[in-house]
Amino acid sequence: MPGSDPPGHPGRTIVVAFIVRRVIAAVLMLAVVSMATFAIFFLIPRALGQTPEGMASRYVGRDATPEAIQGAVKRLHLDDPLLVQYGRFVKGIVAGEDYSLGPKKAECPAPCFGFSFNNNQPVWPTLLDRLPATLSLALGAAVLWLVTGVSIGVISALKRGTALDRAAMTIALAGVSLPIYFTGLVSLSVFAYTLGIFPGGGSYTPITQDPVMWFQALVLPWITLAFLYAALYARLTRAGMLETMGEDYIRTARAKGLRERTVVTKHALRATLTPILTIFGLDLGLLLGGAVLTESTFSIQGVGKLVIDAIRGNDLPVVLGVTLFAAFFIVLANLIVDILYAVVDPRVRLS
Amino acid sequence: MTTQPPESFLELRDLRIHFPTEDGLVKSVDGLSYKLDRGKTLGIVGESGSGKSVTSLGILGLHKGGSAKISGEIWLDGEELVSASADHVRTLRGKKMAMIFQDPLSSMHPFYSVGAQIVEAYRIHNKVSKAVARKHAIDMLGRVGIPQPDRRVDDFPHQFSGGMRQRAMIAMALSCDPELLIADEPTTALDVTVQAQILDLMTDLQREFNSALIIITHDLGVVAELSDDILVMYGGKCVEYGSAEDIFYRPEHPYTWGLLGSMPRLDRDRTERLLPIKGTPPSLINVPSGCAFNPRCAYAGRTEGKSTTQVPELLETEGGHLVRCHMPRAERRSIWDNEIKPMMEST
Repeated sequence: MPGSDPPGHPGRTIVVAFIVRRVIAAVLMLAVVSMATFAIFFLIPRALGQTPEGMASRYVGRDATPEAIQGAVKRLHLDDPLLVQYGRFVKGIVAGEDYSLGPKKAECPAPCFGFSFNNNQPVWPTLLDRLPATLSLALGAAVLWLVTGVSIGVISALKRGTALDRAAMTIALAGVSLPIYFTGLVSLSVFAYTLGIFPGGGSYTPITQDPVMWFQALVLPWITLAFLYAALYARLTRAGMLETMGEDYIRTARAKGLRERTVVTKHALRATLTPILTIFGLDLGLLLGGAVLTESTFSIQGVGKLVIDAIRGNDLPVVLGVTLFAAFFIVLANLIVDILYAVVDPRVRLS
Repeated sequence: MTTQPPESFLELRDLRIHFPTEDGLVKSVDGLSYKLDRGKTLGIVGESGSGKSVTSLGILGLHKGGSAKISGEIWLDGEELVSASADHVRTLRGKKMAMIFQDPLSSMHPFYSVGAQIVEAYRIHNKVSKAVARKHAIDMLGRVGIPQPDRRVDDFPHQFSGGMRQRAMIAMALSCDPELLIADEPTTALDVTVQAQILDLMTDLQREFNSALIIITHDLGVVAELSDDILVMYGGKCVEYGSAEDIFYRPEHPYTWGLLGSMPRLDRDRTERLLPIKGTPPSLINVPSGCAFNPRCAYAGRTEGKSTTQVPELLETEGGHLVRCHMPRAERRSIWDNEIKPMMEST
């Protein structure tokens, strides 16, 4: 509706208002996610017959006396109405919570996601402890797949129909089809155990301890994870690029007398990359909540490995914590993508 | 065939643009020749698929891809473009020859401001600072009639109305004072009230810049007002060429009669039906043998059987008026004077 557009450049206030709106929406989204997660982990088990005592028995160990279990129920307020429990859960995340475990008090500063069933450790510090490994893995792979995927996609589109294009797309199809545990194990077997170029599984070392080892241990996981995504991005970029190159405004750019190089980089790529940016943000956000398969395959002690172990051990608070943590990253990524989109595509701001 | 540079500013000699496809060879332009001088306007008329847009894209070197086979000669201001290097033709695009496209919304990049797109066009061919180019862009927007150009220059295409966008496109095309301006259906996507304004603007600017103007359209009404000469295209070929008077008052090709008859006119009774051309435009892969128009021509029977066996020549009937038709000239004249013209003027 061109007629209803306000004249002049969209002012700074409009952009700020847009960002504020999106931030509020993101916070609301997190609230909804926390409710849904809480309901899934507490409401559904209770509906299926799980009692507060059953829940509490997870904390006190195998051969607990009924008194000990009752004590745990009291201390953890598991017999309160669910709404009160949810309120306490949220308060714990926002302001922290102190539990009196037996004679000593257990402090759980904000953000408090409770304590692990398995080792009675607070969930949040454990998560923070695991985060650097996941961050290293996800960010490194993201840079790798974005650069290779987009470049291959662009070259394939520009050389459409040539042997190069067909070869790239065949490899990309393989990349999309092969699961990470397959490519991961094959690469480990070849490059780590047979050729010995890279260290094997479980050799991840924090960058603060040994940067060289950190890098060497992550090369194979990065490539394995990036291969899958690069293949996907190459196909997406190629399709987007082919579509964009047929647009009228590309013809206009050529009609102006622009060099083909400028037409591609300045006009075509910008339009092609915008939707890719959205997908990239979401993919990265998803991975920051744990690259479960890659971390398991290479035995990297990241968030994904943490959650998979927690699921195996029925460690409810940890699963709940990671779920919210992952949701936080996705909402955050979504928010950043929305704002970036508004910067890149001027049509977004007014709509 | 001569290879001497012509005297005309623009001259096409036997231009052919063929696209090999899986279904066969598409002869989009098949032996087209015409001349155009500075300050003159040529209207190219025809149905969609007649090759009128491909011709113009061919002049700019923008006919798609390396698959197209182009032959013949395109002379622009003493330079032959078909044999020129792609990079040389690129340096002429935007500077020496510019194009205005049909749909100004899709023809402008949605992510760059209108001003930025004009600035870009200007700075390709003029080594000036961004500030100078911006001033020029504002100046151009003002000249094409955009109010408050110093404020609108930073607007994005979607913030402009349809007519404004087409004005901005014109400003962009004219930013480097091109000597040849090609407008491909410049008013088709616009409201009727805006159409006239845009056409007036283009003729005003043409007079000011003394450029050669080609207007491509399927709307005879548009070319009637603007053109010095009119070229009627059918199936990749020119079927009739002449001055605007020739085409409107003394047309000799049955296809031109059809175009004139299917033109809505206010001075006719609304109950009277238009006279549409029956059938559909020919496939450019399987062009009908003989005269490409013969399956749709009401007079194909009057050619002694030549219409399906021989391709008619484009021959001069008088004073630069060219017609591609098998019927003898006297017969064409008599059909127009005695059958078609009275029918069109009957109310």
